[in-house]
Amino acid sequence: MSTDNGASPQRASRDSYYGSPIINLPVWEEREIAGYLFLGGLAGGSSILAAAADAAAAPRLRRRARLTAGAAISLSFAALIKDLGRPARFVNMLRVLKPTSPMSVGTWLLSGYAPLAYGAAASELSGRAPRAGRAAGAGAGLLGSTVATYTAALIADTAVPAWHEGHRELPFLFGGSAAAAAGGFGLLAGPRNENEPARRMAVLGGAGELIATQLFERRLGLVAPVLHDGVAGRRLKAARALTVGGTIVAAAGGRRHRLLAGCAGAALVAGSALTRFGLFAAGMQSARDPHYTVELQRRRRLDDQGSEPSPTTSGAEVAAHSSSSA
Amino acid sequence: MSGDGLLNIMMRDGDPAAAAGYDDPPPRMGFFTDTSVCIGCKACEVACKEWNGVPEDGLNWTGWSHDNSEGLGADTWRHVAFIEQRARLGDHETNFQRPDDDFRWLMASDVCKHCTHAACLDVCPTGAIFRTEFGTVVVQADVCNGCGYCVPACPYGVLDKREDDGRIFKCTLCYDRLGVGQEPACAKACPTDSIQFGELEVLRERAAVRVEALQDAGVTQARLYGHDPNDGVGGDGAFFLLLDEPEVYGLPPDPVVTTRDLPAMWRRVGIAAASLVAVGVASAIGARS
Amino acid sequence: MTDIRLPAPSDWPVLRQLRGTDRLGRGAATKSRGSAALTARTHTADRVVKSVCPYCAVGCAQNVFVADDRVIQIEGDPDAPHSRGRLCPKGSASLQLTTGSSREQHVLYRAPHAADWERLDLETAMNMVADRMVATRRDGWEWEREDKRVRRCMSIAALGGATLDNEENYLIKKLLTALGIIQVENQARVCHSSTVVGLGTSFGRGASSTLPADLQNSDLIVLEGSNMAEAHPVAFQWVVEAKARGATIVHVDPHYSRTSALADLFVPLRAGTDIAFLGAIINHVLTTESDFREYVVAYTNAPTIIREDFEDAGGDGLFSGFDPDLPGYDPQSWQYQDAFVAAAAGQRDQEGNLPAQGPGGEGQRREDAGGEPQMDLTLQHPRCVWQILKRHYAGYTPEMVQRVCGVPQEVFARVCELFVANSGRERTTAFVHGVGWTQHTIGSQYIRAASILQLLLGNMGRPGGGVMAMRGHASIQGSSDIPTLFDTLPGYIPMPHAHSHHDLEEFVAGNAANKGFWGNMRDYTVSLLKAWWGAAATDANEFCFDYLPRLTGSHSTYDTVMEQIAGTVKGYILFGQNPAVGSANSRMQRLGMSKLDWLVVRDFSLIESATWWKDGPEIESGEMRTQDIATEVFFFPAAAHTEKDGTFTNTQRMVQWHHKAIEPVADQRSDLWFTYHLGHLIRQRLDGSADEMDQPVLDLTWNYPTEGPYDEPNAVAVLAEISGWRADGELLSAYTELKDDGSTSCGCWIYCGAFAEGVNQTARRKPASEQNWTGGEWAWAWPANRRILYNRASADPEGRPWSERKALVWWDAEQGKWTGHDVPDFQADKPPDYRPAEGATGPDALAGDDPFIMQADGRGWLYAPAGVAEGPLPTHYEPQDSPVRNALHRQQRNPSRQVYDHENNRYHPDPGAPGADVFPFVATTYRLTEHFTAGGMSRWTPYLSELQPEFFVEVSPELAGDRGLTHGGWAMIVSARGVVEARVMVTDRMTPLQVDGRTIHQVGMPYHWGPNGYARGDSMNELSAMSLDPSSHIQEVKVLTVDVQPGRRPRGAQRHALVTEYRERAGITAQTGMAP
Repeated sequence: MSTDNGASPQRASRDSYYGSPIINLPVWEEREIAGYLFLGGLAGGSSILAAAADAAAAPRLRRRARLTAGAAISLSFAALIKDLGRPARFVNMLRVLKPTSPMSVGTWLLSGYAPLAYGAAASELSGRAPRAGRAAGAGAGLLGSTVATYTAALIADTAVPAWHEGHRELPFLFGGSAAAAAGGFGLLAGPRNENEPARRMAVLGGAGELIATQLFERRLGLVAPVLHDGVAGRRLKAARALTVGGTIVAAAGGRRHRLLAGCAGAALVAGSALTRFGLFAAGMQSARDPHYTVELQRRRRLDDQGSEPSPTTSGAEVAAHSSSSA
Repeated sequence: MSGDGLLNIMMRDGDPAAAAGYDDPPPRMGFFTDTSVCIGCKACEVACKEWNGVPEDGLNWTGWSHDNSEGLGADTWRHVAFIEQRARLGDHETNFQRPDDDFRWLMASDVCKHCTHAACLDVCPTGAIFRTEFGTVVVQADVCNGCGYCVPACPYGVLDKREDDGRIFKCTLCYDRLGVGQEPACAKACPTDSIQFGELEVLRERAAVRVEALQDAGVTQARLYGHDPNDGVGGDGAFFLLLDEPEVYGLPPDPVVTTRDLPAMWRRVGIAAASLVAVGVASAIGARS
Repeated sequence: MTDIRLPAPSDWPVLRQLRGTDRLGRGAATKSRGSAALTARTHTADRVVKSVCPYCAVGCAQNVFVADDRVIQIEGDPDAPHSRGRLCPKGSASLQLTTGSSREQHVLYRAPHAADWERLDLETAMNMVADRMVATRRDGWEWEREDKRVRRCMSIAALGGATLDNEENYLIKKLLTALGIIQVENQARVCHSSTVVGLGTSFGRGASSTLPADLQNSDLIVLEGSNMAEAHPVAFQWVVEAKARGATIVHVDPHYSRTSALADLFVPLRAGTDIAFLGAIINHVLTTESDFREYVVAYTNAPTIIREDFEDAGGDGLFSGFDPDLPGYDPQSWQYQDAFVAAAAGQRDQEGNLPAQGPGGEGQRREDAGGEPQMDLTLQHPRCVWQILKRHYAGYTPEMVQRVCGVPQEVFARVCELFVANSGRERTTAFVHGVGWTQHTIGSQYIRAASILQLLLGNMGRPGGGVMAMRGHASIQGSSDIPTLFDTLPGYIPMPHAHSHHDLEEFVAGNAANKGFWGNMRDYTVSLLKAWWGAAATDANEFCFDYLPRLTGSHSTYDTVMEQIAGTVKGYILFGQNPAVGSANSRMQRLGMSKLDWLVVRDFSLIESATWWKDGPEIESGEMRTQDIATEVFFFPAAAHTEKDGTFTNTQRMVQWHHKAIEPVADQRSDLWFTYHLGHLIRQRLDGSADEMDQPVLDLTWNYPTEGPYDEPNAVAVLAEISGWRADGELLSAYTELKDDGSTSCGCWIYCGAFAEGVNQTARRKPASEQNWTGGEWAWAWPANRRILYNRASADPEGRPWSERKALVWWDAEQGKWTGHDVPDFQADKPPDYRPAEGATGPDALAGDDPFIMQADGRGWLYAPAGVAEGPLPTHYEPQDSPVRNALHRQQRNPSRQVYDHENNRYHPDPGAPGADVFPFVATTYRLTEHFTAGGMSRWTPYLSELQPEFFVEVSPELAGDRGLTHGGWAMIVSARGVVEARVMVTDRMTPLQVDGRTIHQVGMPYHWGPNGYARGDSMNELSAMSLDPSSHIQEVKVLTVDVQPGRRPRGAQRHALVTEYRERAGITAQTGMAP
């Protein structure tokens, strides 16, 4: 990549080294990792929903949710292992237990969660040991809440500006998104007379996701443009529309009309997925353009020095910069 | 373990080797790269590749002055940057007979910083990346499973995945050579001693003297980078004397180890998880008919 | 590696975390087995072999690590005083160079008209080459030329290799000379032959007067014509060292390079105008009388009075004695009044060097020879050198510098101030030059101009002073000392020219000085003849002096190309040399080779010179068809420096032994092996021949002990022969022991003592920490292990150092001998007040204050009364191709330069002439750190290729604007010789100059590329012309004129068509640029 046009000599700019990124871009495959962010949320949320359904005496919803959780977590493992450079060495993940590494903590969480989720699903399928199944389900519900939210720390604990800057809001955004997905999936083709827990979770989750997203976007400040531009922008716009629509419909008509409930559910599931893929893309763009890394740090340095913070760059300026250096 | 407790252990100051469980380790070793005497010869790049068997990674003429290596990565553990600027450097005279006659050609050999607080090391889930007794940070090729977490965690863009191999590679500060009392290949080759290897404390003193000498000689742009134990990464094991802002060399102006915020993240994750459970409870209770 | 390493439960890092102090699992707890077992291969190697880097002439000492008889690592040797264990990217890549997959292992043979190579076993190939040598030699034999005995073979030629060991060069020259082959040339011709003439005539020895490590003592370092940081990075450490000690660094160059970036002051000038620049500094020193007067009067020929009939080159730019018909000079009138002096280098046998019989000649010399030069120590005599110098450079003013060089007067004034302020008793200035000065049609005089300045300022022979000639290749200095060059024998003894009745006496009389150490030329010559012909060389037969083939004019590698095209030369041997891209006008080189009957190429890989017949540019363009080419081609894979014993002589005259680390594989052999065994095969074929032409071959001493699996000749034995012995077999320790009665044998008199006391002095490796900065006990330097030449001049006439700060050697009255930090470059026991007896000759004729002991008058030559074909004083002439008229003299170009008339070697029109503007830009060339010469040792090496993958042309933003060139795009560069394409590097480092009211654009091109190898590109030498400096026969490739256009060059037949179109547009004919 050459930043030079026409006859202009390759004179270095004051902001970057020939426009090349400061940090190296994540080597994660979008399908696997963004997919896992979604599936992990769906699994964890579904385990909670299953527990809720169990408590609310909604056995068919519980069954669907337990099976969903089992399936989602299986796909999650598949995605995670596939993304490794050396899949055969997946087991090395258990060499150490590092609280400093969300991926290490997550691996141990998954190792605790998965058996419970499978146990619950197994008892559903086999119809045997309902008591054990209930216990497993409850445990899966509890651990599931962490499985659905630790992934926020997973991506926030990097030097990727769009991910790290929003580390305070991201857990709630992911939590809400997980609830919306699980609830939505429960609504989707769920038994109308048993789907109240799903509907409530969907509405609460959807609302939570929308609020968290607002706070997240505000926190991002000068990095915010990556949420609006390009692929990420399109995905997040769609995600928002789907989540808003899904939430409203679920809240208003989900109880009476099976079809509406189904549509709302589908919208929320799609919205949750698009949110994860959108945030993934936004992170990549914020890493690709050295301006975000440099400008954030320049400001921080000025703030640390207690001097006047530099005038905030408007989204437009940033966008202009991005397009010029992209 | 409480977030703050974690933070305290993680961010323990002083010798990182001691913090990583070595009882009375040898002195911390590192690099001081004095870019004011770099002649851009790239001996460091070649010596590194020869010693470590790093593969040649393609013929790509970039047009970035004489830099055809582009940046640090899995197959480039030392990278020499070339920056052509219309700006003054001390009393360097070029006599280009242009209206704006000032010109300087900056050259600098970049390398892994071997941070005191190393994000790559913190986030590595397999323990493949570890702190050596010399205080350096090394990826253990016999352990790494190529999860790639360290790549975006590094604030300097040092680590990367070797695609045809699947694992992550970076400068080891020649851990194998240090073990037998030999200096790293790049520092040994460097014709002008721009790359200096030694005990970090000694190097920091030497660097302070050097930067002062340059300042006195009128090179007002001379400054140290990564030498300060109080910076966002607790100081670099490989630090630099630069002649311009770090970002001009492709270096972050004020990097902070991402895991400094991890305890806060864990707290938020906990609250978020609890809220999620609460949502479940709410969904259940109201639904009982 | 899909190993799933489940650690033993007890070893499970999680448990180690819990047990140990590394709770977070970030250190001790997670250390793997692999890491615990880790060690350095340099630590476990079976052995460490001492060696020397095979790339440039800095000669960095290397440690070669060997395990299981494989080279596993190559690093710098920290003990070395000159390199201090450091290596540049090329030296660092020598592991890949020698052990990589790009080296050929087997002999390849291309039959006449064949489309491709075939395998041949080594023995068959050697015999085939021997057969061809014998047959071709017989066909091309010549007893007489123009009624003069020449006894030579004109049908075979050899070229190469600047990375040959001295021992290899020695055997090549010995064998080929005995075969009567005179067209023996080397890279030394094309890179620094003009340095030998310039320094040799000025000071007495044609090599660097100092060593890079001594630059640390300089107060001012002027790098001009040298891109030291890029071409010699490890030597540049001493410039950085000097800068740290407060020295000022000045870089004068057409092109802002990595060297300029580290300099305090960069002075851009128009390529090819350095003599105008230096001449003006000389003028400044003379007119302001800022010279070191005591030094000048005592140690230079400033006071010497010149013959009355000498006429200086004034407005017309011609000295007396010019004959436009030759064209050239009869130098008689340049001589000292009443005293003939012979030069220590350059054109010594003046008569022999005139293509036609010059007037005067030896008769006159002999009768004048006895006289002593007349002097006026007040420097007032109108015909004393001082006054002539003043008159000669009077016109070289700051205004002229601005007009000619494009250097503003105020900048020039700064340079003058720096010179004056940093010279004298207390301070010294050093010059560093490279091929930026040597490769010009007046190259010898560039070096002379710097020499004059250093003598005037008293910087010769002193710490931090001198002229540091940066040679380019591992043994390029050695290739000059023990030459594979047509015009010299080992030790700079001239090859005899054809004369009527020329015997040993006349040869010595015609070439040797009467005074100084060249007065003993007969000792050196007879000892050489004894080394070559041993018992057969007797007093009766003049020690076989008649066995030496005779020269008739210039037989340089460029003349050889013309002879190939003319069909005279039928066989050609390339020893690690790649003229198809590396020599000027590479198209002519390939055309010449295509006319050969047979060609032998010895190299690592299939270089362009080995494959032109199947994939050269002329094949691609359709001008040649492979099936039409009758040339037989033999490719022999060469051994690397790690695979043979021998010596390299580096840029500071230091002869370093490199030890064999391992044996080469398959058909890979050393050039020592090739030459020795080829010699045997030829001698077998000639055995019993009564033909007189074969006697030199049969009488040749050719029995060296062999060893190892391949019968490798013992290099130690060869070095011992070079160093010399007495008839009784006792080894010699100094050239002062040589005799002219046949009682001593010495293969190269200046190397005499390299094997003193039976010890290989060149293998000495005393650590730098245990000796002073001169490193006198590291290896061995010629002459007599002196590290800084002419160091007698570091003391005043009374023998006291000029200043304590700059003390080097001095007279110790108590001990009655010279002593100091270096080996005195003087007779150790000759007191300062010694005055020679009447009629004394040779060394005895040197007074106690004659510091230049090789000179015919013991003095440094400001004015060269002999030796330089272009005249006694450097004069500015424009390059062969130049966009501007000579503003200083009417004479546009060097009147005695060598030009060649051939349709593929056309020159550009005179400035102002119609068509001159077709090639409006000045092009200059240079080396990149990441590559080596024509690329044979770097374009095949991946670690180097990836650092500079493509050929590029550097242009200024201004020119890019004018021509519509895009950074990163392509440009086409055109001359009357060819067209190449290159990636465009638009950079501020190239700057347009204001010359005589015009804007002159300069473009820069590195010259490393060619169509073969891993990193490929066009070769700059497609553009350059064959036009030579007459004293040294070096080609002008540092400056030419070109056109530059955006886009890529045409392919196929269109490529040559474009060049033809340019020639027509410029109105170029056979006469263009040929006039004297």
